[in-house]
Amino acid sequence: MDYTILIGGAAGQGIETVVLLLEKTIKRSGYHVFTYKNYMSMVRGGHNFMQVRFSDKPVTTYSTKVDMIFAMTAETVDFHMGNLKEGGLVVLDEEYHRDRDFMHLPLQKIAKEIGNQKVVPTIGFGAIGKYFGLDPEVAMDTLEEAFKDKVLQLNIEAFKKGYELTQTEIELEKKRDDKIIINGNQALALGAIAAGVKYYCGYPMTPSTSVMSYISAKSKEMGIVVDQIEDEVGALNMALGASYAGTRAMTGSSGGGFSLMTEALSLSGILEQPVVVVNAQRPGPATGLSTRTEQADLRFVIHAGHGEFPKMVIALRNPEDAFYQTARAFNLAEKYQIPVIIMTEEYLTDYMMTMNPFDFSKVEIVRNVEANYEGTSERYKRYEYTETGVSPRILPGKKEGVEVLVDSHEHNEYGNIDESIETRNSMMKKRMQKLEGLKKELMEPDQIGAENPEILLVGFGATHGALLDAVTRLNDDGLSVGALVYGDIWPFPTDMINKLGRDAKKIITVEQNMTGQLESLILEKTRLEISHRILKYDGRAINGDEIISNLKSILEG
Amino acid sequence: MTCEYNLYDPSWCPGCGNYMIRKALKQALEELEIPPHMAVIVTGIGQAAKMPHYIGANGFNGLHGRALPPAIGIKLSNKELTVIAESGDGDTYGEGGNHFIHTIRRNVNIAHFVHDNQIYGLTKGQGSPTTAMGQVTTLQFDGVKVEPVKPLALSLTMGAGFVARGFSGDIPQLVELMKEAIQYKGYAHLDIFQPCVVWNKVNTFQWYKDRVYKLPDDYDYTDFNAAYEKSLEFGDKIPTGILYKVEKEIYEDRFQFIKEGPPLVDAVLNPMDAEKLMKDFY
Amino acid sequence: MNYSILIGGAAGQGMDTLAQLLTKSLKRYGYFVFKHSDYMSRVRGGHNFIQIRFSDKQVYTYEDKVDIIYALNEETIDLHKDRLKEEGIILADTAVSEYKDLLLLDLEGTAKVAGNPRAMTSVGMGVIIKLLGLESEEALKVIETTLKDTIVEVNKEAFSKGYEMVQSRFNLEKLQDERILIDGNTSVALGAAAAGCRYYCGYPMTPSTTVLSNMEKWSMDLGIFTEQVEDEVAALNMALGASYAGVRAMTGSSGGGIALMSEALSLAGIIETPVVIVNVQRPGPATGLPTRTEQADLRFVIHSGHGEFPKMVISLRSVEDAFYQTARAFNLAEKYQIPVILLSDQYLADGETAVEPFDFKNIAIERNLHEGKLPEGRYKRYLLTDNGVSPRIIPGKAEDKIILVDSDEHDEYGNITESAAVRKSMVDKRNKKGELLEVEIQEPWLIGEDKPDNLLVCWGSVYGPVKEAMEMLQEEGYSVGALIYGDIYPFPTKLLKENVSAAKKIIDIENNSTAQLDGLMREFALIKSDVRILKYDGRAFSVDELYKRLKEVVE
Repeated sequence: MDYTILIGGAAGQGIETVVLLLEKTIKRSGYHVFTYKNYMSMVRGGHNFMQVRFSDKPVTTYSTKVDMIFAMTAETVDFHMGNLKEGGLVVLDEEYHRDRDFMHLPLQKIAKEIGNQKVVPTIGFGAIGKYFGLDPEVAMDTLEEAFKDKVLQLNIEAFKKGYELTQTEIELEKKRDDKIIINGNQALALGAIAAGVKYYCGYPMTPSTSVMSYISAKSKEMGIVVDQIEDEVGALNMALGASYAGTRAMTGSSGGGFSLMTEALSLSGILEQPVVVVNAQRPGPATGLSTRTEQADLRFVIHAGHGEFPKMVIALRNPEDAFYQTARAFNLAEKYQIPVIIMTEEYLTDYMMTMNPFDFSKVEIVRNVEANYEGTSERYKRYEYTETGVSPRILPGKKEGVEVLVDSHEHNEYGNIDESIETRNSMMKKRMQKLEGLKKELMEPDQIGAENPEILLVGFGATHGALLDAVTRLNDDGLSVGALVYGDIWPFPTDMINKLGRDAKKIITVEQNMTGQLESLILEKTRLEISHRILKYDGRAINGDEIISNLKSILEG
Repeated sequence: MTCEYNLYDPSWCPGCGNYMIRKALKQALEELEIPPHMAVIVTGIGQAAKMPHYIGANGFNGLHGRALPPAIGIKLSNKELTVIAESGDGDTYGEGGNHFIHTIRRNVNIAHFVHDNQIYGLTKGQGSPTTAMGQVTTLQFDGVKVEPVKPLALSLTMGAGFVARGFSGDIPQLVELMKEAIQYKGYAHLDIFQPCVVWNKVNTFQWYKDRVYKLPDDYDYTDFNAAYEKSLEFGDKIPTGILYKVEKEIYEDRFQFIKEGPPLVDAVLNPMDAEKLMKDFY
Repeated sequence: MNYSILIGGAAGQGMDTLAQLLTKSLKRYGYFVFKHSDYMSRVRGGHNFIQIRFSDKQVYTYEDKVDIIYALNEETIDLHKDRLKEEGIILADTAVSEYKDLLLLDLEGTAKVAGNPRAMTSVGMGVIIKLLGLESEEALKVIETTLKDTIVEVNKEAFSKGYEMVQSRFNLEKLQDERILIDGNTSVALGAAAAGCRYYCGYPMTPSTTVLSNMEKWSMDLGIFTEQVEDEVAALNMALGASYAGVRAMTGSSGGGIALMSEALSLAGIIETPVVIVNVQRPGPATGLPTRTEQADLRFVIHSGHGEFPKMVISLRSVEDAFYQTARAFNLAEKYQIPVILLSDQYLADGETAVEPFDFKNIAIERNLHEGKLPEGRYKRYLLTDNGVSPRIIPGKAEDKIILVDSDEHDEYGNITESAAVRKSMVDKRNKKGELLEVEIQEPWLIGEDKPDNLLVCWGSVYGPVKEAMEMLQEEGYSVGALIYGDIYPFPTKLLKENVSAAKKIIDIENNSTAQLDGLMREFALIKSDVRILKYDGRAFSVDELYKRLKEVVE
């Protein structure tokens, strides 16, 4: 079984409410849920829609075809009729009556009777709930969580009225629910909290803002400073200050804000000050499409910051990955005293997905701060030369007689300005030496599908779910298809792709950008030629269906 | 020559102060008989910054926080254009704070309309630089912990020659303030209160309505000390109108070739004009 | 013939003026000159030195060995005496040193007699000019036209006294002088002025500042609006405003300032507003070594700015190249309505070179502004055309046309849109311009042997040392040739591909630690270098050093 309900309407009509109630109730009935959200960049009006997909098997992407359209505006029907499966159902308010085989419901009329137009979404939820035979008790629990007091009473009434409007056509049998439902930014924020982040500063910028607001909501409980600061230049500099003083610090933004951080990124490189920076990508250039998705900042992020210094870039693949990789990022940042950049993308920041609860006991905190370091000289050498290039780090104010000097100039081991040729050469080597250690930490891309595939798909980040879906289905059809999905992407891991790529008949990249940025990395680092590319850059996420149809047209030539 | 400004369908929420500000802007420009092709509206990013899309003038919709630098570039390049920078409180006083300070120092002949709703609208309800201390927002769950900017006091002390405040709920006054600001020779700072009906439940239309009062007719707007006092008045009563207005030399006039010559954009470009510089290198 | 003079001392000892006078004089005596300064990032103290190399043939770089050292302090002798050629001379004041085998003269005392002890360096200059065997007239003229009126006489007197203190050692002759003496930053500024740049704004940052100060100097004379703005974020946004209004605009900085411009670079990309930006590189990361040189911002600049948009990156190879390429950059920016980034570096920016005068008649200004009638109705700033370039007009010039540019994704009018179809067509439109650029780009210079056994590849200012070192190897009979990249993004691959087939060794020479050009070759041509000669200590390659390192490789 695998169903999708599309809920569409204008901003401000409450489609989020229908979706929230549905996804929670379906999940609690024991099913896997995947909610895809599609917003316009406005507070009111426009056309927004979301798709709730659910199944008794894990779902990792949205589906193009839907079983039900729940339309809160007439426009929704026009936009999405083409996506309706054969035999699918359109649910529409009788206000917008059409002379077609739709299910027309008196949603607004009932809301008027109840005395509040804001309950329309809940009436709809009741109607849909009954249609899929959802347990009213589970639904009631969800309502009680979502609303309070008087508003709750109104919504319970609305739900009951809605529940009476339809008949059960599909019976969802209730099962045991042991999963969580979460989106990428919540998971990322949780990963940071698990890793002990104590300082988050940033400036609001879609789609990164919800990381900051989630941490802010937990600020008191977890003892985390959250500072909405004047601009992104301030944000990264401030995080570096916090990190210097010894707290685990993080900042985040989207493309434009990240651009403003490039100067301070270079600073973290020469200071060797650990920091974790999130770039939640959206389509550029400049303001671009604020509420939509893209993977077009890869090369920009890899090369961000003037001069040469080691950094690590990790692309997040799904919410689970977001949790564990973010927690890992803090360890890597401190182990190598480098900036670690976490790349996510609007699609992943927003979609909701069910999965196993995160295992916090698996998160290890390794600070690499040496309180008892005795040193090799009278004065503390913040930049002492070592074999690994990593110098013992002491925090300021923590050890008597030790003063900690960091410096944005080229400096000597003590952190004092030094322009000599010898120091410059040694310090460059010291910093770049850290890459050798870092390379050993790299995790090869996630391999999906056939062991030694004839057709090798290669992607990174949030296309993971779509690739997993597509490859699984193509393998079921008997095609020899496999995929590599990069998480750690800079330094670029090459073992797997060299191994699989040399034998594959075709290497096809799947990217959400126009210029093939992952391809450019593959070319540069392996000189493996890419035979075809599936690129999408209209601001919408690619799904498994699209990958399959694109692949088929490639194979058919 | 037509001086009528077309309007286009906006995506602002019903009840948003931006509608009224746009109405006043259209009226002010039309009454001043500035043809649309001679007016440029320069904005950053935010709900206020969508203005160039909804009114038919030349438009430069640039980056968040950065309305002022391109506005200056445009004015210096073509002094015949009427240049209006228009953006929100977060855009102007937060992200663009440094540009704001230094634009005042320059005193370029542009009008600057700040749509001040004391909240971030487009990014959904975070505190802005003018949000009151303690106000609970969608990000500051525990209340804002920093003091608000005092925009008029700031521009006054930085040396602005025209400092005013308007309210989207009083269109006739707003039209006059806009006209004065546009006609003022120099940088004119007009901070405009507007309600955000979705994200700011504190500073509502009524909140402003209950507090704003017009400066009396006998108020002397050339008196800096009086203006400074008024710029700090922000409680049960908040003054609107022109707080301060004096004549000052404008930045453009400090460049003789701009002051006395044709607009920079009309310079005839010829590489041979620069060849004379070569003599320094023999 | 080939000579080098090294002047060393602490900051504040008057070395700059001396070097300026000496360099200019040597040029006036008809020699090709190259002046290279090695400064520390401070106003007083530290060890600084300046090398002036001259020859009757074009010189492109400095050399390790020197003929004359003029030591203003003892440290200079300690640090540099090993670099003296066999017949070389170390000149110093008697107070500076007690070394025996030096030319120790009472320079300061002589200056006192001439009227001012501060004129000591002019005494030294007189000594040097005499040692070289040149007559005194040209040097005296240079002193007269360069120094402030109040100190001219004293210094002329000091010079003459110094001139009488020694006998000629090198017996040089005056040659014909028809050249100019210029550094890279001044050439960039001149190129911009010639191209009709009328708006330059920037924030002071070594080593880019002299582009700004040159423009400022010419501002009133040429009607160029020049401004020192509050920060680099403002600088590029402001330049974009000026360009939107129709004026040729430019800004510049070094690494950190360029980093702050990345956001607005992306803006230039989406609003399709032409602009020229110069990045005068210095060693990073962060503040790094402010007064020294490096080529480590190549990849950073190529990929700078979020999202995808066409841009062009041109690296400057010599002072002449700096002039002509800067002027060309303005035409390219307007032709394709894109940002064009010029990559210079401290070495090129500050190195004064004697070259043939620039030919201003060779500069053409092509604005590519739309002329003639536009269709009725609203003006489409982003009209979809076959080649992706939309007809561009400027505001206030057509009565019924308004011009709307927008940092959001937009439709043809410039209005915000979220339509998937429009988004795709606008990305494609912008990308088409990138494809046109691939045709526009110039292949690298190929010098030395065509299809050589040893193919050298480099970019930007490494040209000078590479050319001279390569020629030395050629004279020894080695098969060497070099590709010198100027246009570097989009990356030209034709000549590279033609030349690699015969090459036994591809040798990549760069002033950075990660071989960034090699990365571009791999990515765009699937070709990798066999050997990398990298230098990242903040100093440029000297010709002898590069020759030695190359020799080890080719043998």
